Amino acid sequence: MAFLDGTTQTNQPPVQKSDDAAGYYTLGAPLVDPVAPTGPIADRWKNRKFENRLVNPANRRKLDIIIVGTGLAGGAAAATLGEAGYNVSTFCYQDSPRRAHSIAAQGGINAAKNYKEDGDSTHRLFYDTVKGGDYRARENNVYRLAEESANIIDQCVAQGVPFAREYGGLLDNRSFGGVQVSRTFYARGQTGQQLLIGAYQAMERQVAAGTVKQYTRHEMLEVILVDGKARGIVTRDMVTGAIDTHLADVVVLATGGYGNVFYLSTNAMGSNVTAAWRAHRKGAYMANPCYTQIHPTCIPVTGDHQSKLTLMSESLRNDGRIWVPKDPKDADKDPRDIPEEARDYFLERIYPAFGNLVPRDIASRAAKYQCDDGKGVGPLVKEVDEHGVERMVRRGVYLDFTEAISRLGEDGVREKYDNLFDMYARITGENPYETPMRIYPAVHYVMGGLWVDYHLQSSIEGLFVAGEANFSDHGANRLGASALMQGLADGYFVLPNTIREYLADGPFDKIDESHPSVVAARTEVEERINRFMTIGGTRSADSFHKELGRIMWEYCGMERTETGLKKAIGLIRDLKKAFWSDLKVLGTADTLNQSLEKAGRVIDFIELGELMCIDALNRRESCGGHFRAESQTEDGEAMRHDDEFAYVAAWEFGGEDGLPVLHKEDLIYTAIEMKQRSYK
Amino acid sequence: MNLTLKIWRQKDATSAGALKTYTVDGISPDMSFLEMLDELNEQLNEKGEEPVAFDNDCREGICGMCSLMINGQPHGPEVTTTCQLHMRSFKSGDTITIEPWRADSFPIIKDLVVDRSAFDRIIQSGGFISANTGSAPEANSVPAPRDKAMRAFNVATCIGCGGCVAACPNGSASLFLGAKITHLGELPQGQPERYTRVVDMVGQHDHEGFGGCTNIGECAAACPKEIPLDVISQLNKDLRTAMQMGL
Ligand SMILES: Cc1cc2nc3c(=O)[nH]c(=O)nc-3n(C[C@H](O)[C@H](O)[C@H](O)COP(=O)(O)OP(=O)(O)OC[C@H]3O[C@@H](n4cnc5c(N)ncnc54)[C@H](O)[C@@H]3O)c2cc1C
Ligand code: SF4
Ligand code: FES
Repeated sequence: MAFLDGTTQTNQPPVQKSDDAAGYYTLGAPLVDPVAPTGPIADRWKNRKFENRLVNPANRRKLDIIIVGTGLAGGAAAATLGEAGYNVSTFCYQDSPRRAHSIAAQGGINAAKNYKEDGDSTHRLFYDTVKGGDYRARENNVYRLAEESANIIDQCVAQGVPFAREYGGLLDNRSFGGVQVSRTFYARGQTGQQLLIGAYQAMERQVAAGTVKQYTRHEMLEVILVDGKARGIVTRDMVTGAIDTHLADVVVLATGGYGNVFYLSTNAMGSNVTAAWRAHRKGAYMANPCYTQIHPTCIPVTGDHQSKLTLMSESLRNDGRIWVPKDPKDADKDPRDIPEEARDYFLERIYPAFGNLVPRDIASRAAKYQCDDGKGVGPLVKEVDEHGVERMVRRGVYLDFTEAISRLGEDGVREKYDNLFDMYARITGENPYETPMRIYPAVHYVMGGLWVDYHLQSSIEGLFVAGEANFSDHGANRLGASALMQGLADGYFVLPNTIREYLADGPFDKIDESHPSVVAARTEVEERINRFMTIGGTRSADSFHKELGRIMWEYCGMERTETGLKKAIGLIRDLKKAFWSDLKVLGTADTLNQSLEKAGRVIDFIELGELMCIDALNRRESCGGHFRAESQTEDGEAMRHDDEFAYVAAWEFGGEDGLPVLHKEDLIYTAIEMKQRSYK
Repeated sequence: MNLTLKIWRQKDATSAGALKTYTVDGISPDMSFLEMLDELNEQLNEKGEEPVAFDNDCREGICGMCSLMINGQPHGPEVTTTCQLHMRSFKSGDTITIEPWRADSFPIIKDLVVDRSAFDRIIQSGGFISANTGSAPEANSVPAPRDKAMRAFNVATCIGCGGCVAACPNGSASLFLGAKITHLGELPQGQPERYTRVVDMVGQHDHEGFGGCTNIGECAAACPKEIPLDVISQLNKDLRTAMQMGL
């Protein structure tokens, strides 16, 4: 199809034939991005920045912006919007913005700087990201992301982010999973920390300047809509229990991802879906919720007590070689005593072109299959399969640095990965310089999130969503080092340009605390808290969370089937009933009460979990982090169905007892041609 | 493992607190210290006693949210964060005393949770480089010598946990402060504000009620990120220079 602007669509609109989720949803009207730009792809963002209206500096002071979340996305947005002179309020649930989950990112951040002259460019970063996402991301958004990537590095360096450098004092970079150029900037294994501290410091500077007001230990529990527009939020002061309303002209959610729906994940303990889910229940669409990224290089589970999993940065795959013993009987042997010929370097064998650097979903599934086949290493752990049958399996594969140590020397390896090796030693009690590490996939990142248009506005007017909380840039699979890039691009460069277009219509009519919509939102929150406190059952919120996590990992984890997903939906519905009748929250609501905080987050996870399973059930194709067993090639690779599913699944809340409503946004490609993915 | 825990319980900022004794059993050496507390809390919840409040988030040793004085030492017997301390560092039958950070500038909120917002205010007073978004020069246009960049990085790893303050008999935050002064002061980008920064940050530090540094060194010994004591020398040196400049 040719467009008026001279571009041509390279793909056919999809027509879905299967209907696995029939009875679990209703079909809504198709959805389009109302502000999608057109024209030659390289000019779209440039033109849009020019077309968006300006807000004169004297008016900015009169415009109030609420930003929930102070990770990379929220912190960067607050710093920039504050600097521009708007009146900004920020909220986070930790005791300081510097502790947002972004701080945990290890590996690095991509940017198309082409400092290595190895053929990188904006277009190549764009292409790699769309391809890596299995063609389920929006071309417009991804191009803009690639375009802004170089500015991010400039900005961060100017703020004093201590990136790794070469001897000459110039910036160093390395390559990252799924990519053949060196475009990843890093600060040893602590890139997220350094970037976040940069954004945090920039934001604190604005706090001092009086443009940003910062609320810590405040949890957002509801959005306030007035005449269909987002005009504020309801928060709980986590220290005093006070329920407060905060009003503004525009609200931004930058509240991170919901990977903790699986209970065990690499996310911080407090990471949650509450802000996004509350907005969803008020009309914001939730897009592609089933797209979960499973990361291949995490420290394996050791037992039931475990509260979280720890990621070992993907950068380790640059130098480490992954293998299992060919003979399962060798599982108990000291790996150093297993000779070369008795080892199976399965990624190098199956994917010779990419070897250990294949994308995350491929590496993860390959490790799972080795373990399913009985070739795993590490302790035997108990598992219950789909039919309720118990079995003992080893869930681990080796990540071996022997060769790297002989090539780079122990010091060379130490310099590159020191803190990761320390962390591994600390958690497992083993020395990874001496014996190969053991790794296994774990839930790490979610590509799904609130639906947004090109301006990052959700389906609720005046509610913008940035960073991991939105769905827009990664498709079905996120390449390494691209989430940090997205968070900072959204915060530093995109929102400041798109929000001004929205705010150019403001200031909007003033509303006050006594407005019926404000009172209603606040009452809703109070009643809900009261309900948690008075169920008086027997089970802790944590115990419900763990149970939900087991269901999600078993049926909606690395591999999904129609029967499994249907079973999971039933189990989750039962769990929800049990929650509302058997929850026990001790203490009172008017002090710091961590059990109460958890209760609110867990019930939102339960509701989200159900929607994730329905989304996964509907999508009878395998792509990226979504692997439907029914859709694979003869040799077990993921099989996409572009003809049926080249769309974004945007779910509308269907009411307390109603069915969710599916809106499909067809994906349109003009600058890229869809190809079947092959890393062989 | 079976353990006896003596834990500081305090209802809120204004109530008096006291140590209370609990026993836990079935603790695995593979558990982290915080997972051990999770287990205790699950047991307390079952018994109808309110769980112990404590701060934590990443549980990866990087966010700086976890705290706890364990047997009188910040983060316990190993040089690491509380979340990365594992129960294999203890023996079955041990008695462990768990208290909140001890420092007047970190008032107790509840049980083991304290208020560390003074650190944010110290950063607000000057712990940044003023670089407006969009006006940054090309990143490689200002090379940073590798050894300086390395030192900047090594001290920028401070996680703002406050362990140094809790360890210091004077309740000084000089290690935290020195780490930030050194991080920004080692980089070419940090030079323009170098000397006003140190004056402002030290002023805020004192204003928050943190004590003075008398070079005892407990801070560096307790720091989970092994920030070296010499950042305090750099802090003092920059402060002296600033004074000479009349700032
Ligand atoms: C271990 C690990 C390693 C990673 N490594 C990399 C990497 O190397 N490269 C890469 O590109 N990406 C990496 N990622 C992914 C990346 O770190 C995240 O996707 C990204 O940092 C998310 O940033 P964010 O700003 O969207 O959200 P976050 O940093 O998660 O911030 C969320 C904010 O929202 C606040 N919040 C949430 N809910 C509420 C509420 N209800 N009320 C008030 N406040 C709320 C929180 O307090 C916080 O401030 C990694 C992730 C993990 C888990
Ligand atoms: S200097 Fe060390 S102990 Fe002090 S806040 Fe930083 S990391 Fe914690
Ligand atoms: S919980 Fe983050 S450092 Fe311990």
